[in-house]
Amino acid sequence: MAHTTDAEEPNRRDFLYIATGAMGVVGAGALVWPFIDQMNPDASALALASIEVDVSAVEEGQSITVKWRGKPVFIRNRTEAEVEESKSVPLSDLPDKFARNSNLPADAEATDVNRGVEGKENWLVQVGICTHLGCVPIGDQGDFGGWFCPCHGSHYDTAGRIRKGPAPENLLIPPLEFVTDSMIKIG
Amino acid sequence: MAGHSNYVPQSAAAKWLESRLPVISLMRGSFVDFPTPKNLNYWWTFGGILFFVLIAQIITGIVLVMHYTPSTTAAFDSVEHIMRDVNFGWMLRYLHANGASMFFIAVYIHIFRGLYYGSYKAPREISWILGVIIFLIMMGTGFMGYVLPWGQMSFWGATVITNLFSAIPLVGEEIRTWLWGGFAVDNPTLNRFFSLHYLLPFMIFGVVILHVWAFHTTGNNNPSGVQPKTQQDTVPFHPYYTIKDLFAIVVFMILFAWFVFYVPNYMGHPDNYIEANPLVTPAHIVPEWYFLPFYAILRAVPDKLGGVVAMFGAIAVLFVVPWLDTSKVRSGTYRPLFKQFFWIFAAVCLALGYLGAMPAEGWYVTFSRIFTVYYFAHFLIILPMLGFLEKPRPLPASISEAVLKSGSGTPAGAAAAPETK
Repeated sequence: MAHTTDAEEPNRRDFLYIATGAMGVVGAGALVWPFIDQMNPDASALALASIEVDVSAVEEGQSITVKWRGKPVFIRNRTEAEVEESKSVPLSDLPDKFARNSNLPADAEATDVNRGVEGKENWLVQVGICTHLGCVPIGDQGDFGGWFCPCHGSHYDTAGRIRKGPAPENLLIPPLEFVTDSMIKIG
Repeated sequence: MAGHSNYVPQSAAAKWLESRLPVISLMRGSFVDFPTPKNLNYWWTFGGILFFVLIAQIITGIVLVMHYTPSTTAAFDSVEHIMRDVNFGWMLRYLHANGASMFFIAVYIHIFRGLYYGSYKAPREISWILGVIIFLIMMGTGFMGYVLPWGQMSFWGATVITNLFSAIPLVGEEIRTWLWGGFAVDNPTLNRFFSLHYLLPFMIFGVVILHVWAFHTTGNNNPSGVQPKTQQDTVPFHPYYTIKDLFAIVVFMILFAWFVFYVPNYMGHPDNYIEANPLVTPAHIVPEWYFLPFYAILRAVPDKLGGVVAMFGAIAVLFVVPWLDTSKVRSGTYRPLFKQFFWIFAAVCLALGYLGAMPAEGWYVTFSRIFTVYYFAHFLIILPMLGFLEKPRPLPASISEAVLKSGSGTPAGAAAAPETK
């Protein structure tokens, strides 16, 4: 096994070294994976995936906050003025041009129609988590009459779109549908 | 380490042990006979102070765990139970909570001492890098410990910090969900933070041993920055520095005790005495004081990923300081220009700490940006350039010469080299 030349043909021992090492790496990886994966959401966390909310008591101009997957979800019955204000904003004024609506294709534009609930444009349902670093924005505040995040100063408009501040995206709209006229299913 | 001791076991028991496990000569070589520069000033006692605080944190932490319950439904109440019902529980918790702050006070002084006296320079780069690693683990430990009482600041601090990881391109969201073990900070998050908060201090202990091993191999740096040349330049660690360190620890304990017994909540936030509520964010969330300079850097950058990169970069730059400082002279004492920039840098760090506590608006943001740029400029521009531009003062020939020349109030007749008497 003396190395007489640099271009020695690989022999059976070289093959065994590599095969043993490769098996060792695969085995170690297979053993490590359960220890990493145990930190991912467990079955009980995944089971809380959807909720139903009765919104019949939410009058125009009112909001409620419900909890979905451990996060706050803002449900707002917007006034006509708020909807009009949101509609009048040209797309070029928006830092984030995508609707961020889980019910629409990912490249849908951030128009007011694409932000509200389909066919019920006064309803705005969104995850109440600032897209910057995860604080809960405060309603009816900020420079654009929508939401304001107190942590690092992000301003959202009446359609929950980011207008000013460090947040990179519009507030997320979760998967949802009206199962009856007054019952929203989220998730 | 062991090579510094001339220890020869005398008793039969010591001989028996020494021939099987030479632990006595190892300890003597490291902490008794170890030759230490004779001119170390009080800034050098913070290493010993840090070791004391680490042990104090581990002991108070272990007993607190005997009464704490890591669960979102019980954690907050169990901390109040410690405060009200457990014998001396209030004292143990205040010792542990303020101990974390004392740990960071001491470590920042220790780091700035290293920066001033060039302790990071060859041949002590490894010791310095291990120190930065200890600092990083300390930050992780402090952050996770602050989450455990499950108050409003705990919860929202955990939310903001874990959300930093979502800024990572492509896999950020998955990493954040993995850290949480769910879709928000919740019970799985609290439990894993508790587990890691218990583990990390022992990792710190391990890295501390490597840190000490490294600078015991190269020898301590000292205020003159000149390597010891003869035995005249050093004294044995014991009793000279054991007593000096012990005295400094006692003085430090007075400050520690003042916080614990007179203003135990001074460095905390009232909002953390409100139980965590995932639906309401406090109006003004601020991290603990020891993270404020880095928090200011995070907020200074008007871009999510950029802010996160700048914040981690502010710590990462410390790893390469040994290679950014081009000056051949180690100690700041002999570097007239460096000395001035050092104090400007220290002031900038304090200013960033102040700005981190202020709301992110108006002039606060402007100054945060200016000082963030200066922070990086100090390491990336000023330190490398100074080595070429500066004309250092002449170095003393030896530590003994540096000590005797300075003549800083040495009483007449005081022994210049007491170890030779």
